[in-house]
Order: sequence, then C-alpha cells, then structure tokens
Amino acid sequence: MSPDPAGLADAAALAVVGRPLVHDSAVKHVQGAAAYIDDIAEPARTLQVVPGHAPSAARGRILSLDLGRVRAASGVVAVLTAADVPGINDCSPSVGGDPVFAEGRILFHGQVVFAVAAETRDQARRAARLAVIEVEVETPAVTVDDALDRNTEVLPPYEFRKGEVASALEASPARTGGTFRIGGQEHFYLEGQAALAVPGEDGDMLVHTSTQHPTEVQHITAKVLGLPDAAVVAECRRMGGGFGGKESQATQWAVIAALVARATGRPAKVRLDRDDDMIMTGKRHDFRVDWEAGHDADGRLTAVDVAFYGRCGYSADLSLGVNDRTMFHADNAYNYPAARIHSRRLLTDTVSNTAFRGFGGPQGTVFAERVMDEIAVRLGLDPLIVRKRNFYAPAGDTTPYGMPVEDNIIHDLVAELERTSDYWARREAVKAFNASSHILKKGLALTPVKFGISFTLIHLNQAGALVHVYSDGSIMVNHGGTEMGQGLYLKVAQVVAEEFGVGIERVKITATTTAKVPNTSPTAASSGSDLNGMAAKIAAGAIRARMAAVVAAEFDVPAGEIRFRDGRVFGGNASIGFADLAKKAYLARVQLSEAGFYKTPEIHWDRPTATGRPFFYFAYGASCTEVTVDTLTGEMRVDRADLLHDVGQSLNPALDIGQIEGAFVQGMGWLTTEELVFDRAGRLRTHAPSTYKIPTASDVPADFRTALFESGGCRADTIYRSKAVGEPPLMLANSVLSAVFDALAALRPGRVPPLHAPATPEAILTAAKAMRSD
Amino acid sequence: MSAPRTTVRYLSAGRVIEVADFPPMTTLLDHIRLERRRTGTKEGCGEGDCGACTVAVGRPVDGRMVYQPVNACIALLGQIDGCELVTVEDLAAREGRLHPIQAAMVEKHGSQCGFCTPGIVMSLFVLYHGDGPVDRKAVTDQLAGNLCRCTGYRPIVDAALEACAGRGAGPIDAIAAAEAETLALIAAIDDARDLTVGTDQSFFAAPASIESLAALVAAHPDATLVAGATDVGLWITKQLRHLPKIIALGRVAGLDAIADHPDRLEIGATATFAAAEAAIGGIDPDLAEIWRRIGSKQVRASGTVGGNIANGSPIGDSPPALIALGAELELQCGTELRRLPLEAYFLEYGRQDRRPGEFVRRVIVPKLVPGQVFRAYKISKRFDQDISAVMGAFRLTLDAGRIVAARIAFGGMAGTPKRAAATEAALVGVDPADPATWMPALAAIRSDYAPLSDMRASAAYRSDVAAGLLEKALIESAGTATDLTRITGQREARLDRVA
Repeated sequence: MSPDPAGLADAAALAVVGRPLVHDSAVKHVQGAAAYIDDIAEPARTLQVVPGHAPSAARGRILSLDLGRVRAASGVVAVLTAADVPGINDCSPSVGGDPVFAEGRILFHGQVVFAVAAETRDQARRAARLAVIEVEVETPAVTVDDALDRNTEVLPPYEFRKGEVASALEASPARTGGTFRIGGQEHFYLEGQAALAVPGEDGDMLVHTSTQHPTEVQHITAKVLGLPDAAVVAECRRMGGGFGGKESQATQWAVIAALVARATGRPAKVRLDRDDDMIMTGKRHDFRVDWEAGHDADGRLTAVDVAFYGRCGYSADLSLGVNDRTMFHADNAYNYPAARIHSRRLLTDTVSNTAFRGFGGPQGTVFAERVMDEIAVRLGLDPLIVRKRNFYAPAGDTTPYGMPVEDNIIHDLVAELERTSDYWARREAVKAFNASSHILKKGLALTPVKFGISFTLIHLNQAGALVHVYSDGSIMVNHGGTEMGQGLYLKVAQVVAEEFGVGIERVKITATTTAKVPNTSPTAASSGSDLNGMAAKIAAGAIRARMAAVVAAEFDVPAGEIRFRDGRVFGGNASIGFADLAKKAYLARVQLSEAGFYKTPEIHWDRPTATGRPFFYFAYGASCTEVTVDTLTGEMRVDRADLLHDVGQSLNPALDIGQIEGAFVQGMGWLTTEELVFDRAGRLRTHAPSTYKIPTASDVPADFRTALFESGGCRADTIYRSKAVGEPPLMLANSVLSAVFDALAALRPGRVPPLHAPATPEAILTAAKAMRSD
Repeated sequence: MSAPRTTVRYLSAGRVIEVADFPPMTTLLDHIRLERRRTGTKEGCGEGDCGACTVAVGRPVDGRMVYQPVNACIALLGQIDGCELVTVEDLAAREGRLHPIQAAMVEKHGSQCGFCTPGIVMSLFVLYHGDGPVDRKAVTDQLAGNLCRCTGYRPIVDAALEACAGRGAGPIDAIAAAEAETLALIAAIDDARDLTVGTDQSFFAAPASIESLAALVAAHPDATLVAGATDVGLWITKQLRHLPKIIALGRVAGLDAIADHPDRLEIGATATFAAAEAAIGGIDPDLAEIWRRIGSKQVRASGTVGGNIANGSPIGDSPPALIALGAELELQCGTELRRLPLEAYFLEYGRQDRRPGEFVRRVIVPKLVPGQVFRAYKISKRFDQDISAVMGAFRLTLDAGRIVAARIAFGGMAGTPKRAAATEAALVGVDPADPATWMPALAAIRSDYAPLSDMRASAAYRSDVAAGLLEKALIESAGTATDLTRITGQREARLDRVA
C-alpha cells in the first residue's frame, strides 16, 4: 500500500465532505417535529396491537390456552395465535427456530403466545393480561453454567488455532489464567420496538417499521403472510436508537402488525411497552471466559488458550456471527504467538440474545485486556508497559485467524495518547494518592482498540443506492442504510453533494424503503457509510459523467475535464449553473437517474477452515481513564477519560465525535452500572429503567477529552478514505474496567482482583473484600 | 360552599383548554398525544424514569411564571388544572426562531436519534427559565431524569451551559415574551373552587380546602389519594390497576405549608421534595445531598414528602433520614389529628398505620442540637435517579468525645425503614476516634437486620455496606475530611466534629 494513498491529495479541496454539518434532522428533533413510528398520523380505523405472554413460565409444554376473556374484553377486535399464521410461523434471521407465536411449548419467559388487537392501546393492554395459559413448567436453564451443566447448544462449537498452544504453554516461563465473567447489556434504545402495517390492494402490505434491516422485515413479513417479497414494502424514515437491537429483532413486531392488518383489513400498530420490550427482545450476549496464558518475565505473551462460553438464549438468531466476532477480537491489538480460541454457543431457556454494537467484539477485547492486567499484576509491571510489549508489530504479524495485520497504527496512536493524557505523571499521582488513602483508591488505565471492519458473513458486504437528479437541479438520494441517530443519511448526502459540487441543501434525504433499493444489508457492523456512501458515490458519479458529456462539446473540453463545484459546472472558461445543466440534460434526453451498486473488494473468508481475510481494514483507538473507588461501599466514580480514535479522513467530524463519545459512555454503562438480573425461574427482574441503570449525565466524567487521530486516512480504498466509527469506540470503555481493576490491585500488590463485569458497586466491594482477606 | 367545578382548565400556547368528562386515570401524556395529537412529547418508559415525556408546567409565584419539569407519562391530566402546560412544540417563536436551548442543542450536536431530545429540551427550558446560576453540576442535576442513549451527554451539557450563559442577551424567547398575558390568563382560570369531574362512582376530584378534603375522604374512604402521582402513576401505567375514584391533593390550600421553626421543621403533606429542599438541606448538608438524589428534578417537582411516607415503600429514601432525626408524623381523620413517631407508622412490608378515611397531614422534623453529628448515605448502582440498595442515616450525640446517644435508621435492610436498636445501644460510650471501641457496634449492625437479596443487591452486600457505612460515619465523626471518605456528596472540607 502506498504511504500517501490516492484520493487524499484532494482532501483539502473537498467542499462538503469532511465538514462538521449538523444532523439533518436536528432542527426537527429539538422541536419534536421528527416523526417516529408512533407519531405517524394514523390512517382511519387503525388497530392497536399488544402481544401476550405466559407471565410465569420460562419453559414447558402449553397445556391449555384460554383466550375467551381476552376476546370478550372491551374494544377487542381480533386475537391472533400461531393458528392464524397463513404462511410460515417463523421470524428467524438465520437458521430458523424463532416462532412468531409459540406453538406447543414455551421456550423462554416473555415469548409471545398471542396478540390482541383493540380500538385503543389501553384496551389492548388490559385485554392481554386476561389470558389464561396453563403450562407444564420445567426447570429452565438460565445461566451459562446451567447450560454447560445441561450441555445444550444452539450451534456447534468453533475454534481458531495458531501454532501449538499446549507445548507453548508448557514451555512458558510463567502462566496465569482463571475464569472471567462478562455481563450482557440491554440496548435501551429510547424508542421501543414499533411498527405500523397498512394493508393495500391485492393483499399487498406496507409496513412502517423501526428497523435496522428493512429488507429482512420485508422478506420475513412476506414469508409469514405467505406472500411474494414483491407484495410487501418495508419503510423506515428513522429509528429512535437501534444499537443492534433492531437488526433482527425488530422483525417480529412488524410481522405481528402485518398479520393483524391482513386478518382484519385494517391498519394495525404494534408499539411495545418498555417492560414488554425488555422482556421480549434479546440483549448483548453474556459470557463466561475460561482462560490460560503463558508469558515471559517481561510480560510478553507466549501462548493464549481461551474458551468463550456465550449465552445465546433459546435460539440461534445472530449468535453465529456474534460469537465468531468475539473470537475474531479475542486478540484485540495483541500478538498471540500461539493461540487456541474456542467458542461454545450455549442454549438457555431465556430470550434469544442478539446483535449489540460491537457484535460480540467487545467481549473479546475486554478479555484481552484482562489478560494484560493480570500479567501486569503478577509481574509488578505497569499495565501499559505490558500492553505495549504485546502490540502487533506495525506489519508482519498474523492474527489467530490467519489474517496479516498490515495497517497497524496502534503504536503511534497509543504513544500520542500516552503523551496527551499525561499518563506517566498521573500514574505517579495515583500511586501517591493510594499510599495515603485508606478508604478511597484510585486506578488508571490506558487501553487500545483494534476492530475489524466488514461483515464476517461475506455476502452482506454489498449495498445499493438510488440517485435522481430532477430537471430543476434538485437531487434525491435513497439507499439501503437506515438512520438511527448516527447521521448516516447526512454522511451519504454529503458524499452526493460533493460529487455534484452542490450545497448539501440541494440533496433531499428520503426514508429507506425496500421499494427503491432491494435486497439490502442491515445497517450494522459499522458498515453504513462505507457501503452506502460508496454505492451513492458510484450512482452520482455515473449521472455526473452523463451531465458532463452534455456540455463537453459546447465548452470545447473533454468530458473528463468538466468540474462540478459551488453549484456550477465548469469547463475551460465557460460555466453553467447545475440546475440549468440538469434542465439541459433532460431536454437532451439524458438519463438523470442511476442505481449505484458497491461490493467490498479483497475480502474472503472460509469458515470451515477458518482462513482468509475477513476484514477490509482495521479501525484503531485508545483511551485513558482514571477512576476512584470506595472500598467500604464499592461505589465508583470516573474522574477523567481521554479518548483518541482513528476515523481515517472523517466524512463529518462532528458526527464522528458524537459516535465516539456516545459509544464510550454506552460501553462504560455495559461495564459498570448496567446489570441484567434473571431469577432462578428464568424471569428478567430488571425490565425497566427503574431497575436497569444506563449512564446519566452525571456519570460522564467531568473531565472528558475526545480527539480524532490524525492518521492520514484509511489505507484501504474506502469512501473518501474514511473509516467506520459506529462500533469500535464502544471498546474504548474497556479502560474503565481496567482502571477499576487497577484501583483494586492497589489494595494488595501482587494479588489479582477477582473483578467481573459489570463492575457494579457490589462487584467492586466483593473484589475489595477478597483483596483484603487473608 | 358553591358546587364544585366540573371541568379541568389549563393554559396551552396562549389558549385556555377546558376538558370535561375524561376517565379519572387519564395520564397527561395520553391527553397530549392521543387527544391533542401533539406527538412531540414521547413515551420512553411509562414510569417516570427516562424523561422522554418531560413537559414544563408553569404556575404563578410572586407575580412571575415559574416552570417545573413534569414526567407527563405518570402525571394525571387533572393535576394540571389551573396551570400552564408547555410542550416542546410551544418553544419556538411564532416566526419560527428556535428557543435558545433548541438553537444550542442544534449547534452543539446535542441530538442523535432525537427521541430523548424533546424531553431534554424541556428540562433545559426549565433550567433556562429558572433564576439560579448554571454550572455543569446544575446541568447534570437538571438532566438526572433524562436518559440519552446516543450522545454520551457531553454535547447536551455544553449546549445547556452555552444557552444559559447567554440568558439576558439576544431576543427574548416566546414563552418569556408572553409572560404578562400568561399570568392574566392563569389568574382568570384560578377560581380556588373544589373540582370534581365524573360521577359518585368514578371521579377525579381536586378539593381546594382541607375541610373539603376531609369531607371527601370521609365520604369515599375507598378513593385513592394522589399527591404527586410519582408512585400512583405507575399503578396506572404499569399495573393497569383500576382506580375509579381519585382525590388529588395538589390544590388543597395550606396542605403544602412548610413551617421553619428554630427547633423543628413542619412539612405539610403535599409539600414537594423540591419545595422542601432548601429547608431540609438547612438542617445538614447530607440531607441536601440525599434530597438531591431522590428521583430526579421531575420526580422532586411532583413527588411529595408526605406521599413518600404515606405509601410505605421499603426503600423510600426520605424516611430513614427523617427517622434518624426523630421525626413525627401527624395524621388527620375528619377533624381529628393524631401524632406518632415516624418509625411507628411503618408496620410491615406494604402495611402502614393509616386507618380508613385518614390522611397524612404533616411531618415534624426536629433540627440538630449542638453535640449532634448527622450523617446519611445513599448507596445505589447509579448515583443519580436510582432507588437505593441501602440507605443509612445516623444521628450521633457526642459529649466529651464519646457517643452518648445514637439514632440510626436504614432503608433497604428490611421490609420497612427500620432503626438499628442493638447498634444504637452498642454505640453508647464509643469514641469515634478510637477504632478499637467500634467492634461491638460493627457486630451489632449485622444482627439488627436480615436483609433480602433482589435485583438491586444481595443480602450479603447489603449487610457489608451497612457495616461499612457505620464505619464511615464513625470515621467522619472523628473528623476525617469527607474528600477522603466518599466519592460523592462531599461535605465542605472542615472539621465538624463536635467537642
């Protein structure tokens, strides 16, 4: 790869791309004028639909289902069960096993058994609680350990091997290891799951859906309703947050709305209550990690042997990809000379865990950081020293899955953060504080992130975009990506405006709909702007070339020398306004519309042999966090966080910083206050914000510094040499957990704090007690 | 006495809205979204925890309009009688110019998905229209009840700081510009009459006097008394309980009185946490901090001290502190008043010493006297807007460096807020400066309580924390500065050990 990649020379000349434009909906957001599903003006006679479940059962045969009182309740128009499904009763995104309505058995607490449609939402909610469902209750497997005891899996185990681990461990000067537990996470998108289905003629169905994957909603709705894909349109203007929770698990609610609309001939809306949403939809996978690592006296790894036991819930859903990604990121930024990375995908009688920002990757990286932290404690070394000694070389090293690491910038990035965060002076200050403070202890950690970009399911790395230039010079853009707050629509619009040399205000952003761009991939894997931006650029470029040809002869220059900028089109000494040229092109019978298509080059992955190059490139970052813990109560405060992240050449630095900071805080919540508690009967006890605690404004460190790393652009040929930013910065929060670990380690040098994630006050106090015990 | 009014009247965007004939349990949010079809205000959780439904409710105070943030999802429609309701749609000036808070939110990139944004804008609108100084702490306190899952809050806090720093400069916003007109319209609908919408079997009533209230409660002992609705609202939205008769206390004249005497505070039953904040915080800085961490601004603006006591939550955050201070409760039935020690009101989990037809009238809180040290600690998974796993409060009376009396109460350690009798006894004679004398008390606190495990904490953790808090209270009583003993709610760095 060239050190000064093509395309960057012009970066300074960009007019729209690279500017910190505000989110295209911001002015609407602040006035309450941006419409979400529940805000769409309801068509006349819209029914309100509420799903019903068996309130006490997590597992067992359904002995009887009495819906008589539900049907008789005030305002009820229809009650649907599995028997009312005209097509296939399954909404799985992968290998099946996700019934829309329970059939015969209850598979987890919260599983939908029926849906009730009524004139008002209040009527439907009240009616749904009148069902009498008799279940022959069996003891559920709730935890990873339950599933290991029972030996049940949703998918077969999988493994990466590099070198000879057993002999490498045997030959290691020192070994460390143990069991590390990593909690799950509820998405807590502020807009709960919602869909509005409007029946059309010939059995057609239009579904307004809050989803990251309109195509999947379309295809599965068609399958469940027994219709061809072409009879269903799924449309999404925006989501009130997604975070992976609306990748596969938005589908069921759209399907249920469509089933009611089909059965009644009336529009039907499903909007889940917060409690139902949290009980009925999957979360980030929680893990038990059993591991052993060999290292030398300097803390350099010799071998890593690790088994990831992931709790998948009752079905496969997206668990294959999620658990694979945990394995892909079990190395984070570190070279494992020999490795065995084993993964089991455990079946529990709980809700099916699903995609969540990072898609399993965070669990892999947080494990890698634990390895570094423990080696540092055992050797009495500063953890940052151990980390740096184990970084992948700038080039030449190979991951445990056989991909060479060629674009490694972590050395420079960490060196810069080490300097800007003043790490070493603060390390001395933390030591001095801890020497004199008995109750309160401080901790400091600087951790890296390396995250692979591309869907590891290779066929998903494709995108389509549809660009129209109208004869008045206004431009409409549509693509397969969805907007969940990340600013994807704006980034793609910036790309299109740049291509046409016009202001962003000329580009009309439109809702994602399967009627305009078909067979799209989910907006996931941080790929939204990489894929859709490129497809839109290709479409716009094709139209631009045709427009250039219209004036090339008149301007007496080759078409290739026509320039589009500042809303005008230039050639030689002549120019014409963009709108005038659009009109001219129309009159000349030139096609002003194009469907662009992009597929990521270079990537390939052979899963059976675990070989290939699954990632187009890596995104990098690092963070430095300082915390204080109270060893009498376990309370913890984050005092300061410094984030430095690599976004290549930013398409929009304001949006990128928003992604970085938001991801860090979300990751911090995952590793600290967000605790999912299931009881022994398999029921989630933390199913509302009163009991499930995501960060508030005061949890964000008062001293919070974020910067973009000046990397010179992505070395891979990405859209304007930018890098994906949705997921990677979530793992910047690993430094919070490591800092808590560091604070606890100060209680007794040489002893490893038995700290598991999330580091709730109780988890911290438990570890502190262990550190102080004899 | 004239006949009750039979409609609810409030002000919205310069118009009086009159609502007759609504189901008594109608929430303010359903009224806004479903009846008025104003969809800017969002439902995020239906339990007053996420703040997406935040609206501002304005009332005249000393000739000015004063706004409070309210969680519309758990407020009842009838409760805004006589108030101005401001929703996010109302903020931009008629010529389309954004309110300074809205403009700053746009400029600072304070919205991403935008779903929490209307609620955040409304909370910050209230901050903007308040007259207090606005620093980062003021902003994060204001936002404790507004969850955002996208931004990480930093740009929102920056937006608030910038907008509030510009108060007084630039053109006046639409709400402020209309203040005189608003005050006149409010005055015209504030008739101080009793209010009853509905029938004898199903009604929303908001009596205007204590006499009317007493008569109504006596006539309908089966009615649900609602003060701030921060708890009863959830009975409606979450439990789908049927509450056909609702008596709202918010319009009862005098029931919210706060009397600040030299030796005691008397807090009327319907005084909100917000209204009592200054007086209670004056007793001790720890009380100010506990108060700050009860719910959120929205919850404290509606929730009442009396309501928090009356419904007997085992983890209510005010009762342990009030019990440690030696508070008494006054109840009224008809015209009859009685008093009891606050701890005696809590009989067991879910059961209180309140007879049919009786209502909480006031709570009487003794102030500290020289020689007394007060400490209170709230331990929860999250600092702000969380229910405590353990809440501990200590009033230690010292003489010549030794403890001569102790009152200790904990929440989260039993089915009710409960005193630590054995520990209180074991502390007599203890020298806080001599850890060797602590052991009997540290052992006693583990025998005083047999806590339960739940989603907030395990029993073992609760017991450890109770002992840890006792230790902390003793260390602090011996004079250790709180910046060495706590990571939140530090008291001023001074020795407040009492000789």
